[in-house]
Amino acid sequence: MFKYFVKKALVSVLTLWIVATATFALMHMVPGGPFLAEKTPSAATLAALKEKYGLDQPIHIQYKNYFVKLFRGDMGPSLKQRGREVNDIISTGFKVSARVGGLAVLLAICVGVPLGSLAAFNRGKWLDSVILIFSTTGIAVPSFVTATVLMMIFSVKFNLLPTYGLTSWKHYIMPVMSLAFYPSSYISRLTRSSMLEVMGQDYIRTARAKGLPKSRVIFKHALRNALLPVITYLGPLLAYTLTGSFVVEKIFTVPGLGNHFISSIINRDYTMIMGTTIFLATLIIVMNLIVDIVYKIVDPRIDLK
Amino acid sequence: MSNRRNLLSFQLDVSDFLPADRSEKESLVLMRKSVGFWRDGINRLRKNKVAMVSFFIIILTLVFAFIGPAVYPYSYEQQIRGNENLAPMKYSEMEMEKKAAGEFVFPHFLGTDNLGRDTTVRIMMGSRISLLVGIIASFLVLLIGSVYGSVSGYIGGKTDMIMMQIVDVIYAIPDILIIIILMVSLKYPLQNIANEVPGFEWINTIGVGLICIFIVFSLLYWVGMARIVRSQILSLKEQEYITAARALGAGDARIIGKHLLTNSIGTLIVTTTLQIPSAIFTESFLSFIGIGVSAPMPSLGSMASAAIGGISTYPYRLLAPAVMISIIILTFNLFGDGLRDAFDPKLKN
Repeated sequence: MFKYFVKKALVSVLTLWIVATATFALMHMVPGGPFLAEKTPSAATLAALKEKYGLDQPIHIQYKNYFVKLFRGDMGPSLKQRGREVNDIISTGFKVSARVGGLAVLLAICVGVPLGSLAAFNRGKWLDSVILIFSTTGIAVPSFVTATVLMMIFSVKFNLLPTYGLTSWKHYIMPVMSLAFYPSSYISRLTRSSMLEVMGQDYIRTARAKGLPKSRVIFKHALRNALLPVITYLGPLLAYTLTGSFVVEKIFTVPGLGNHFISSIINRDYTMIMGTTIFLATLIIVMNLIVDIVYKIVDPRIDLK
Repeated sequence: MSNRRNLLSFQLDVSDFLPADRSEKESLVLMRKSVGFWRDGINRLRKNKVAMVSFFIIILTLVFAFIGPAVYPYSYEQQIRGNENLAPMKYSEMEMEKKAAGEFVFPHFLGTDNLGRDTTVRIMMGSRISLLVGIIASFLVLLIGSVYGSVSGYIGGKTDMIMMQIVDVIYAIPDILIIIILMVSLKYPLQNIANEVPGFEWINTIGVGLICIFIVFSLLYWVGMARIVRSQILSLKEQEYITAARALGAGDARIIGKHLLTNSIGTLIVTTTLQIPSAIFTESFLSFIGIGVSAPMPSLGSMASAAIGGISTYPYRLLAPAVMISIIILTFNLFGDGLRDAFDPKLKN
């Protein structure tokens, strides 16, 4: 077990390094630079700016400098949002995105697991079909569609909910719902199929045969085992949702991290690109590691080699 | 004298060795005729109502997207002055005059956009882009994934371990971010190649954005396919018929191509079909954030994105591309599920 995690951690570090290096190389391949805004600065200003941020040095020196700083946990200053540190921008944005995303994941679990189990217990009946329709639509509809349709209904038609910002609990409803639609459908499908598989197992029949009440069999024996695939899915889901979705944050003007992912690339804000990429990649890798550990705790039969 | 056996013969009845007639043959066919792999699968698929309806809608969408624009009287980049911002089935003043003069004016079923372009034909072109992206990208994924996965699984040992480690690394990469960076960084070099290197002018006809999408998909999304193919190959290569083929002197390439991949064809078809909607999903997302297909070529994602600004005034402009994209993804998903149940029941759950 310990050996497994050491190996896994080494691979994770390798992955991170590859991602970071690839991003570094790719973003310097893109023509244009961070200082070319609407009004192009004079050559002298440009040279001074480049010198200030070390962009005048050869690329391998820049690479070395960046990684030396990164090892100390410093991602450098943002090239576009002058006077702000990348660490600072990421942590501010992440706090907002994580609140919205965390609620969305919570909602997705609370909706997906019961729906999936209900569908499995009523297999082939009308309730199963209704849930199936819900979950299939949820997987087919892109988040920008969900978000805008919600906005059309709740804000434009009935004027119930505010469309932008994030100041009261009402502001959270639509972003959270549009973020949760896809994962809740996916979780419900996962739960349904794994629940059906578990319900066919011998130990469920044994539990029923020894006279346990149905509810106890479901919650104690079936659900626990049926949730394993859901846990696997939760790892990457958490990583992606907590860091914010560009689409949903753009539509509802949520001041989260999701916005920075794409604006930094479009602005050629080199340090921000590196910062957001490394942050997201680390989160994904860590989440997957946690999933591995949780797996082991939930299901002791799994042998980690 | 007739039935008396000749004591010197081997006492065999010659009539036993005559060819059997039809009725005798039929009595040997037990329950039903033997059914081939394809027939069997297609029969099962045809019984699946949801899959058949989806298949029918997919065909309709294909006709709509690939034949529709050719017979439609408007073109997707045609801007008609005076036709701006029409609601569905409405006519502009100019067209009203024409109608009053007795001319036939083709209706704008879904209205027009702010530049006076007909929305229906733009939806058709957008669906064409989506379908093209989905099908070509999935084909590329199939090609790369199956070659990589089968080589890895077939050779096994250290090679397999290293090749799968590479797959694991690519799997852990945050795909959307890398896709965006790749899209932005590939665009300019590709544009240069298209404009300057002779023989590459075709890049411009397809569009740099589309080529970027294909490259990005083939770089990132083959890993899932490779994993699935590898696991199939691992179990198939232990079968006796592979040993037999090797004993007959078949080379590695022949064994992989002719025996292993053909025997996992069910899995390959199903995985490829289910790859199509996910490719379409990603393409619409990229176009929505403005780095996918380049204008004036419409894409369902960019049409939806353009509609968001005027959502309170022109809600139908968002609805049309949104419904179209949902239908395309939904039908491919359902059809893929049906294919899986029919051709590869093991993959279920």
